Amino acid sequence: MNLTLKIWRQKDSKAKGQMVDYKVTDISEHMSFLEMMDVLNEGLVAKGEEPVAFDHDCREGICGMCSLQINGEPHGPDRGITTCQLHMRMFKDGDTIVIEPWRAAAFPVIKDLIVDRTAFERIQQAGGYISVNTSGNTQDANAIPISKEAADKAMDAATCIGCGACVAACKNASAMLFTSAKVSQFALLPQGRVEATDRVMNMVKQMDLEGFGNCTNTGACEVECPKGISLENIARMNREYLAASVAKS
Amino acid sequence: MAILDSKVPKGPIKDKWTTYKDKINLVNPANKRHIDVIVVGTGLAGGSAAATLAELGYNVKAFAYQDSPRRAHSIAAQGGINAAKNYMGDGDSNYRLFYDTVKGGDYRSREANVYRLAEVSANIIDQCVAQGVPFARDYGGLLDNRSFGGVLVSRTFYAKGQTGQQLLLGAYSAMNRQIARGKIDMYNRHEMLDVVKVDGKARGIIARNLVTGEIERHSAHAVVIATGGYGNVYFLSTNAMGSNATAAWKIHKKGAFFANPCFTQIHPTCIPRTGDYQSKLTLMSESLRNDGRIWVPAKLEDAKALQEGRLKPTQIAEEDRDYYLERRYPAFGNLVPRDVASRAAKERCDAGYGVNATGEAVYLDFAAAIERYGKEQAKIHNISNPSKQKIYDLGKAIVEAKYGNLFQMYEKIVDENPYETPMMIYPATHYTMGGVWVDYNLMTTVPGLYCIGEANFSDHGANRLGASALMQGLADGYFVLPYTIGDYLSHEIRTGKIPTDSPEFDEAEKAVKDRIEFFITNKGSHSVDYYHKKLGKIMWEKCGMSRNEKGLKEAIAEIKALREEFWKEVKVPGGSDELNPELEKAGRVADFLELGELFAMDALNRNESCGGHFREESVELDGEQKGEAKRNDAEYAYVAAWEYKGEPSDSVLHKEQLEFKDIELKQRSYK
Ligand SMILES: Cc1cc2nc3c(=O)[nH]c(=O)nc-3n(C[C@H](O)[C@H](O)[C@H](O)COP(=O)(O)OP(=O)(O)OC[C@H]3O[C@@H](n4cnc5c(N)ncnc54)[C@H](O)[C@@H]3O)c2cc1C
Ligand code: SF4
Ligand code: FES
Repeated sequence: MNLTLKIWRQKDSKAKGQMVDYKVTDISEHMSFLEMMDVLNEGLVAKGEEPVAFDHDCREGICGMCSLQINGEPHGPDRGITTCQLHMRMFKDGDTIVIEPWRAAAFPVIKDLIVDRTAFERIQQAGGYISVNTSGNTQDANAIPISKEAADKAMDAATCIGCGACVAACKNASAMLFTSAKVSQFALLPQGRVEATDRVMNMVKQMDLEGFGNCTNTGACEVECPKGISLENIARMNREYLAASVAKS
Repeated sequence: MAILDSKVPKGPIKDKWTTYKDKINLVNPANKRHIDVIVVGTGLAGGSAAATLAELGYNVKAFAYQDSPRRAHSIAAQGGINAAKNYMGDGDSNYRLFYDTVKGGDYRSREANVYRLAEVSANIIDQCVAQGVPFARDYGGLLDNRSFGGVLVSRTFYAKGQTGQQLLLGAYSAMNRQIARGKIDMYNRHEMLDVVKVDGKARGIIARNLVTGEIERHSAHAVVIATGGYGNVYFLSTNAMGSNATAAWKIHKKGAFFANPCFTQIHPTCIPRTGDYQSKLTLMSESLRNDGRIWVPAKLEDAKALQEGRLKPTQIAEEDRDYYLERRYPAFGNLVPRDVASRAAKERCDAGYGVNATGEAVYLDFAAAIERYGKEQAKIHNISNPSKQKIYDLGKAIVEAKYGNLFQMYEKIVDENPYETPMMIYPATHYTMGGVWVDYNLMTTVPGLYCIGEANFSDHGANRLGASALMQGLADGYFVLPYTIGDYLSHEIRTGKIPTDSPEFDEAEKAVKDRIEFFITNKGSHSVDYYHKKLGKIMWEKCGMSRNEKGLKEAIAEIKALREEFWKEVKVPGGSDELNPELEKAGRVADFLELGELFAMDALNRNESCGGHFREESVELDGEQKGEAKRNDAEYAYVAAWEYKGEPSDSVLHKEQLEFKDIELKQRSYK
C-alpha cells in the first residue's frame, strides 16, 4: 500500500518543531509499524536526508522504549499493544497517518519523536523498592506463603512497562496509572507492607513535583495502556495514600 | 599456560567457593567510600552488580544506552529462571543442576564456575522474593515451578511469560534505592566507546552522551562490563535492536581475550521470517515446549499443499503427522536441548517438509494440551460427561493462564489464533555462549577489568540450557562479583582518585573522536543497515546452524571484503554533536564486521561438533547415534581464547584446557 505520513520533526529540545509530510510506497500489510518507519528512513538516508528519530529497542512490546502517538492515539489504533507490535494491516492503501511524540509538560521532546521520560525514573527512585540488602541469607523464599490471588494481582500491576502512554492519553497528563501500578504491586505483598506508608507518600509527592497533572478519573489511561493496567490500581493507591496521611498526621 | 590462569581454587568442588570466600581480602567500610567502580550495562548482570556494590559502600557509576536501566534487553526474557531449590521434591540438588548445565553445555564449560553457579542459585530466588518479585504461586501460596528443555526435573521459577521483566524490575528497584542514596550515579543514554588502561590496569572508560553527542571521560578503580551478547552479528535475531558487541569488542582490542566466539545458540521456537523488510525475530518461549507438540506432515505432498496454501494443518490426520522429536528422541521428546531441536527442525525443512510459503517453518501444536488440561479440569470440578466444547473451554483457560501473553504476541504478529491452529515456528539466533574470557574471579586478562552476564563466556559451554542465562546474570551480579572484586580492590585502598587528564585518557578519547569524525564526513553510497544485512546473510548461511570448512573459509574472505567496502562506502547522515541513531549503529556494525570474522575463524578451528556448533565433517557414522553431532574430546576439550593482534586474521589462539574431575565426559544422548 501507499501512504502519506505527517510526522513531527524537531531538531533538539530547544528547536521549534513542525509537521512534515512524507510518502511511502509498497508497504506490506505484514510489516510492523516500525518496519514501515525503517523503510521511510532507509529512503531518507539514500536521499542524503536525516532520518526520523524515534525510540525503540526490543520490538516485542516489553522494553517500553517505543512511544509514538499515531493518529492521536498513544501506540496507535489497536488495543493492548505497544507501537512496535502494531502491524500495517491496521491501515489501508491511501491512508494519511499522523505521527507525533508523547505530548506532556513532564516529557519534553529531545528530538523528533523522542521524549525525555526521566521524570518516571525519579518517581521510582522516590520509593519504588523494598529495602533489602543482598546478603545471600535472606529468609527462604517459601517462608511466607502468599495467596495465589494476591500474587497474581501483584503480578498484573507489576507488568507496567513504563512507556508513558497513560500520561500521553490523559488530558491532564497525569501519571497516576504508572505510579499506582508500582504502589499496588508492593501494597499487595507482605514484603512491601513494611514501608507502605512512606512509599506511597514519597512517590505521590515526587509525581506532583515533576509536573504531572491531577487525575480526574476519565479512564483514558486504562484504555490506551498496552499492558492492561487497571484503574483499580489508582483506587488502591488513593486508599493507601489516605491511610498513610491519617497515619502520619 | 601461565597466560591463561583460570585461578580456580584448590580443593573439592563442593568446598571451593566457601573456602575461597573465607580466605579473600576484604575492604573495610570506611575505605569502600574512596573506591569507584564503573559498571557498563544495567541488565540483570550489570543492574544486580551495580546495586550490590553500592549497598556495600563503593561509589558506582552505571551506564546504559537506553533511557532507563529498566529497558535493558534482559527485560525480554520470557520463560523463567532455574534454581536448585528442590521445592518439587523431584530429586533436584546443586550437583544435579551443575551436572545438567555441564552436560547441556556439551562439556565445554569450566566445572568450578558452573558448580558455584548452582550453589548460589537458591539464594537468587530468596533475594528476588524479598525484593517483591511476583513469581507464580500455586493455590497453597508457595512458589510454582515448570520444567525446561534438557533436564528431567522441574526447577524453573517464573512470572507468567515475563520472568526477565520481573527480575530486571527487581534489580532496577534495588538500583533505584541506591540511586536515591547517592551511591549510584546512573548515566542513561550513554554508550561506552572504549576502555582506558593506565599502567596495564583498567582505569576508566570513554563514553558518548547519546543526546548531546558529547564525549566524556570517566575514571574508576575497576571497570565491569555487563553489556550482553553479540547475537545481532546475524542482523536478524531475537535480541533487541540496540544489542551490540561494542563494549566487549573494544576491551578485546585493549587486551581482553575473546573466548569461543563460534558458540552461538540458535533457538528452536521463534516466529518464522516473512519478508526482506524484517527487522528482528520474535522468540516464543521454550516453556511452550512443556505443552506444545512439534510436528511436520509425514507426507511430502501434504507439505507441498501447506506451502501453497491449499491445505490447513487441522485437516491433516493424526497418523499423517510426524512428531519428529518424539520419534527421534523418545526419552526427552519435545524437551530436548535447544541445539538438538533446532537442527532437527532444519533437517525436516531441508528435506522439504516445511509448512509455510518459505518452507522454513514447523508446527508447535497445543491441541493435545488443551484437551488434556480440559479433561483434568472437568475432573477437578466434578463435571461428568463434559462436552467436547466444555473440555476445550476448560483446557483453553489453563493454557491461556500459562502462556496467554505469548499467544497474544503471536496472534498480533502472525494474525492467526494459536488456540485454534498450530503455531508456526523456526529457529533463530538467540544467545551467545561465547564472549570475553574470564577467570574464576570473573576478571578478564586485563587487571581490574571484569566481565559478567551474557557478555562473558563462562558458564554455558557450547550450548546454554533454558532459564540459565537469567540465573547466571543474577548469580554474577548479586553473589559472585561483589566478593571477587573486593579481593582486587583491597589493593586499591591507597590509590586515591584516578585522574582523567592523563595521556592515556587523551589518547583513548582522540581515537574515539577520530572514528566518529570519519563516519560523519565519509561521503559513502550505502547505509549502515545495508552492510549489517549483508553481514547477517553471510553469518546465517555460512556460520549458522550447520557449518563446514568450505563455507567458513568463504565467510572469512567475504566478511573481510565487506568490512573493507564498509570503511570506504558507508554513509552516515547527521552530525556528531546531536542525537544520531545512524551514527550509533555505524560504530556497532563496524565492530560486528570484525567480530564476525573472528567468529568464522573460531568455527573453522574447532573441527568437532559440540553444542550449538555443528560441523558437518564431524558426525556419528553408525550405531544408535548415527547422524548425530560428534564431539572430539581428545583434541578439542579446551576453551579457545583469542588474543587481538591488529586484524582479526592476526589473532592468536590460546587454549585453556578443560578438566573434568567431577563429571565423566560422555557423549550426550537424549534418546
Ligand atoms: C527474547 C529472549 C528471551 C529470553 N528468555 C530467557 C529465559 O526465559 N530465561 C533465561 O535464563 N534467559 C533468557 N534469555 C537470555 C537472557 O535474557 C539474556 O542472556 C540475559 O538477560 C542477558 O543479560 P545481561 O545482563 O548479560 O545483558 P543485557 O540484559 O543484554 O543488558 C545489556 C546492558 O548493557 C547496556 N549496553 C550495551 N552496550 C553498551 C555500551 N556500549 N555502552 C553502554 N551500555 C551498553 C545496555 O544498555 C543494557 O543495559 C532470553 C533472551 C531473549 C532474547
Ligand atoms: S501504566 Fe500502562 S501506559 Fe502507563 S506506563 Fe505503565 S504500561 Fe505504559
Ligand atoms: S520497542 Fe520495546 S516495547 Fe516497543
